[in-house]
Amino acid sequence: MSEHQEQEMEGGLSRRQFVSAGAAVAVGAVLAPGVFLHSVAQARSPAEGASNYQRWGLLIDTNKCRTGCDDCVSACKKENGWGNEQVRDEQKVQWIRKVDLKEHHTGREVSLPMMCQHCAEPPCVDVCPTGASFKRADGIVLVDKHICIGCRYCMMACPYKARSFVHEDVIHGDAYMPRGKGTVESCTLCVHRVDKGQNPACVESCKEKAMTFGDLNDPKSEIAQRVSQYATRQIRADLKLNPGVRYEGI
Amino acid sequence: MKVLDYSEIEGRSGSYIGWLALLGVFLALGGAAALTMEHYGHAITGMNNQVVWGMPHVFAVFLIVAASGALNVASIASVFGKSFYKPLAPLSGLLAIALLVGGLAVLVLDLGRPDRLIVAMTYYNFKSIFAWNIILYTGFIAVVYVYLWMMMERRFNAHTKKAGVAAFSWRLILTTGTGSIFGFLVARSAYDTALMAPMFIIMSLAFGTAIYLVTIIAAYRWTGRELGFSVIARLRSLLGTFVAAVLLIVAIYHLTNLYITQKHDVERFILADGGVYTALFWVGQVFIGGVLPLWLCWHKRWQSSVTATVVASLFVVLGGLAQMYVIIIGGQVLPLEMFPGFDVTSGFSDGQVARYTPSVYELFLGLGGVAIAGLVVSVGVKILRFLPVSLADSAVDPHVKSAAGKQ
Ligand code: SF4
Ligand code: SF4
Repeated sequence: MSEHQEQEMEGGLSRRQFVSAGAAVAVGAVLAPGVFLHSVAQARSPAEGASNYQRWGLLIDTNKCRTGCDDCVSACKKENGWGNEQVRDEQKVQWIRKVDLKEHHTGREVSLPMMCQHCAEPPCVDVCPTGASFKRADGIVLVDKHICIGCRYCMMACPYKARSFVHEDVIHGDAYMPRGKGTVESCTLCVHRVDKGQNPACVESCKEKAMTFGDLNDPKSEIAQRVSQYATRQIRADLKLNPGVRYEGI
Repeated sequence: MKVLDYSEIEGRSGSYIGWLALLGVFLALGGAAALTMEHYGHAITGMNNQVVWGMPHVFAVFLIVAASGALNVASIASVFGKSFYKPLAPLSGLLAIALLVGGLAVLVLDLGRPDRLIVAMTYYNFKSIFAWNIILYTGFIAVVYVYLWMMMERRFNAHTKKAGVAAFSWRLILTTGTGSIFGFLVARSAYDTALMAPMFIIMSLAFGTAIYLVTIIAAYRWTGRELGFSVIARLRSLLGTFVAAVLLIVAIYHLTNLYITQKHDVERFILADGGVYTALFWVGQVFIGGVLPLWLCWHKRWQSSVTATVVASLFVVLGGLAQMYVIIIGGQVLPLEMFPGFDVTSGFSDGQVARYTPSVYELFLGLGGVAIAGLVVSVGVKILRFLPVSLADSAVDPHVKSAAGKQ
């Protein structure tokens, strides 16, 4: 494990991170006004490459998430252009889905959105023969649709069923979100929005404010503070994939 | 031992042409299926976003695994120095290449983007066991090719052993690699076991020997060449041993799983209430692919029957396909366990057993791969000298006084 990840897991603040946060503030200050910033310290200009100073993450508070609500799913469909597939239900693409849980003995009910967990040790990336599955330095896991050969090994390897194979011709998405028959796709954490300093579409859409997006590496960010103060859970923590998506209240 | 003569088959008879035509029909059907799948996308198949590897993988993995096993006969001859098997070695190499080519064709044509094959060959992620397999498969063809060459070109005969050892090691690694494709999937409890690789090696021996037996009997019957019973009897006893070994390792696999609490769901599903998967396991894999062939190989009653041996071999093949189906599809339909202690529901079949019904396209694509293997062998024996003119008992083994039985 890299030194960087260790620090992040301990939730500590290294000197390097501290310095980098300062640099990010400086970058943020010169950004055009009107661009919504999740927090000044996290912003960087789109021209800059992704950097491992950040580790983007999502914290989902299942106490707030409402059963039956799927605003986040609709927002994702709209933002990323999926969901109009004409195929059988089992073949439909599903970047994000609502999962309902009922505890065996107590009957307690929990509802939560499930999507790519943006693992720090992503099995999908390990198994991909061509390198089409990759992890950006800031922790976002993506598929390069130009290299994906559609072998679906990544789907076999993902423990969260987070990836979908496109079974039919689709309208090619926007430039920032190319889609194509015969390739695999999944939640991108709205990388195109994040790079502009915005929140992912699902986070924006949630009226209950059940989702918090931010930089797990920035100790001042809301997400990092909540993760360090409250009990949160990584799904299938036993696999030690260190997902960037964490849950509260399960 | 006297030097054996090898020769091409004549290949002008009506039945030979008819056989090629039959294979050609299946090849065409497979090709048409692949084109249709590429045109409409996988929407027309039974595969979906829960069961992502379907019937084509069942055939492809079976053929690839069998390819490595088919080479076993040659390995016994050159690596373990059993001269009895020497005349049988060239066909063994040819069969190995043929099965591998057939399996790879199916694997590639089932990709979402088969047109990007060149991408698969130029972009490598060396952490991926899948990428390693691409190298292992192509390398296997090259190694066996060289091995065949050393074997068939008299002046190179001295190197046969070295080439044989290389091919032997390569094939063990190859099957380990194929098994590991599944072994690496830690998220899926059916596959997450170190037994996957050794299981695949033993399966390969059984499948490969069965296919070898059917092929050599058919080739000699159809060409009217003499095939002594001692050849059949030896191969049959090998087959029996391998089939028994497969049953044994399958038993070990399930018993260890039963010992591990987290795997009880998988086990209950496969062994007891998995519907078609349970049936395929007990009836297909265990009974047709295991118990029946063992009886046919070992029982006194069938000792002198060639037909019984052929039937036993075909059963091993059918049982092997059933086994692949149970491993590949059965391992995927079970819901992924993400929230222990909770009942799970969603609009994306979380918490449910997924459905999969293979489509004709997938079936034809798979059979197309079998047809490719058949064509490579059938044409191979016509253009090159793979088959000894006679495999009569006296020709292969001077010590054999009389055949163990009549044909
Ligand atoms: S959740 Fe699945 S798709 Fe996402 S990074 Fe982890 S393994 Fe890959
Ligand atoms: S389907 Fe595409 S992204 Fe997934 S493992 Fe295969 S090549 Fe990689």
